[in-house]
Amino acid sequence: MTQDEHKEGIGGMFNPTRYGIERVAYWLMRLSGLGLLAYFIAHIYETSNILRGQVGWDEMMQMTQTLEGHIILAIVIGMCVFHTVNGVRVMLGYGGIGVGKPARPDYPYEPASQNYRHKIGIYSSIVLAAAAMMYGLAVMFGE
Amino acid sequence: MAQVSSIADEQISTPVSSSKSITLRIARYNPEHDDSSMFMEFTVPCEKWTTVLEAILEVKKYFDHSVAVRYSCRQATCGSCGMIINGKPRLACFTKISELNSDVVTVEPMNNFPIIRDLAVKFERLFDTHQKIKPYLIRDDTEIESDEKEFLQSPKEVEQYIQFANCIKCGLCNSACPTMATDSSFVGPQALAQAYRYVADSRDKGKDSRLKIIDESHGIWRCHFAGSCSQVCPKGVDPAMGIQLLRGYLLGFRS
Repeated sequence: MTQDEHKEGIGGMFNPTRYGIERVAYWLMRLSGLGLLAYFIAHIYETSNILRGQVGWDEMMQMTQTLEGHIILAIVIGMCVFHTVNGVRVMLGYGGIGVGKPARPDYPYEPASQNYRHKIGIYSSIVLAAAAMMYGLAVMFGE
Repeated sequence: MAQVSSIADEQISTPVSSSKSITLRIARYNPEHDDSSMFMEFTVPCEKWTTVLEAILEVKKYFDHSVAVRYSCRQATCGSCGMIINGKPRLACFTKISELNSDVVTVEPMNNFPIIRDLAVKFERLFDTHQKIKPYLIRDDTEIESDEKEFLQSPKEVEQYIQFANCIKCGLCNSACPTMATDSSFVGPQALAQAYRYVADSRDKGKDSRLKIIDESHGIWRCHFAGSCSQVCPKGVDPAMGIQLLRGYLLGFRS
């Protein structure tokens, strides 16, 4: 990233403050995708502990029963739900579904692709992810 | 005559408007001898109709003529004066200071474009990617040879692409795009929207060759539908819509 190219870089890519909820959804989608990838790798390591026998498995399970373990699992639940629901929205958009129809634009040029259907999809993803996290926390801390 | 005189008297006695001043912060950077950019502040008078470009030209005229800025038409048609204004890519001639609701206006060169000097950026890559998608009608015959003299289109067929023909190549969409922020090889929303403009044109027969050009690792699949390109477009082109509709062709949703 040289000054010559004058690229915004990672900071600009992740800056969610300037372009509305769609950019926030983009940011959350990428972040949750990376988070789920990290969880997937950690999960393989976690389940591979079964090769250490009953004692090794119990030790690993003990780690997930801590406060930190519960919080991490709640975040994983949230990432999973958001990534799934928002992923469906994005996939439909990729096929040109729900992005509006081309038409002669009128001032002030509200982009048809940023329509209420997609906004509802984004807000639904966030609300469902939050609800799933709260349910997960209630189950884990309710034990 | 008397009526004209009274109007003239009224204009003399009525103040045009209450003039106020704003602080204009201009990013200064010369790649030839500066290590990094710095901001220079100027206090410029403005009316409610004053545009950011007019404020910059005021600075050039009365304070510092060395400020580098590219502009031409002053009416959002030439696409020359794109820059980052208070954090967002905008056309300087199309942005009134009064609508920014701030006494401090910060102008910087567009992101994701190499800087020539101060606010002027290089457009070579934008024009290269635009040219890459073959921005012209592809077909074997021409209107000159055709018996009908012109290729007729219904209003419905025109509606399919006319929105995307409004592109003035200002580069604001490429500046706002989060993929362009990190990927130097990405084709960019401007070129992709123009690819759709020609693919959707009923007169064009070059759909397959264009889809082949954009169906590559740094092509259309790098777009993640953040939609920032559409939010900053000053002409209502909505590149995000064009890109998704174009992707519909590649995914088999459209034919």
